[in-house]
Amino acid sequence: MMLSSPDLMCREAVELMSDYLEGSLSRRDRRRLEKHLAGCPLCTSYLEQMRLTIAASGSVTPADLEPEVLDDLVELFHRYRESPDDT
Amino acid sequence: MEDLELLAQMLGGDEKAFTELVARYNSTLIRVARYYVGSDASAEDVAQETWIAVIRGVSSFEGRSTFKTWLFHILVNRARSVGSREHRMIAVDPNESSGLAPSRFDQGGMWREPPVPFTDVIENGMVNQRIVQLVREAISLLPEPQQAVVTLRDVEGLSTKEVADLLELSEANARVILHRGRTRVRADVESKMKERET
Ligand SMILES: [Zn+2]
Repeated sequence: MMLSSPDLMCREAVELMSDYLEGSLSRRDRRRLEKHLAGCPLCTSYLEQMRLTIAASGSVTPADLEPEVLDDLVELFHRYRESPDDT
Repeated sequence: MEDLELLAQMLGGDEKAFTELVARYNSTLIRVARYYVGSDASAEDVAQETWIAVIRGVSSFEGRSTFKTWLFHILVNRARSVGSREHRMIAVDPNESSGLAPSRFDQGGMWREPPVPFTDVIENGMVNQRIVQLVREAISLLPEPQQAVVTLRDVEGLSTKEVADLLELSEANARVILHRGRTRVRADVESKMKERET
């Protein structure tokens, strides 16, 4: 007999994980999710994959610039730069 | 070297400092601009105008935010004016799928197709280049709003509130877009793991 909020299903649990990692879930939802995770190894591994995905995003370095793009910008740099010594 | 040191050197005329800042941020500028404007070419133009504004010191950096937040604000202001000329609509569609196929779950809402394990992605306690590369590709395939939000939040490390302020979204909407983007990126990496398994 369910007196408080009903238990989460996996389908609902995965929808809460990004907010869980952001620390932005309500206390009620956080408790429901943690209760679900405690009994569900599959959602626990899904959550770990979310963490890995976010960690990997933080390690993405910028793609190398195309040389033409860089050349254009360097030209603009010299064209628009104010001389620092012209006071 | 820190962004601010590079900025100071750049303002002193150092071309190398300028190209280093460009190398760090130009791809993010283009991604975020793409959220507002209708084509890659327009996004590249907006990024270029942003650099010109930085070179000319049009709005000077006052140290109230980080360099990159300031830079992204210049970009967004420009992109927004170009974007409204191009009449681009930005909306969060509440019915849009979050990126995980409903067929992954059975009728009771439990996993029917469980998550495929991520193997060989950790080296010395850190994520390795293989998964970083998969994630980079997956982010580049996201729809524009998700690409902008995931890039600013997870790649550049802005807070969700900073992202929401920058893109003039409510924090709730920014979190929904972030959730969808992360869900898709994880699913994309998972499908690559699956390919390798079979
Ligand atoms: Zn579960």
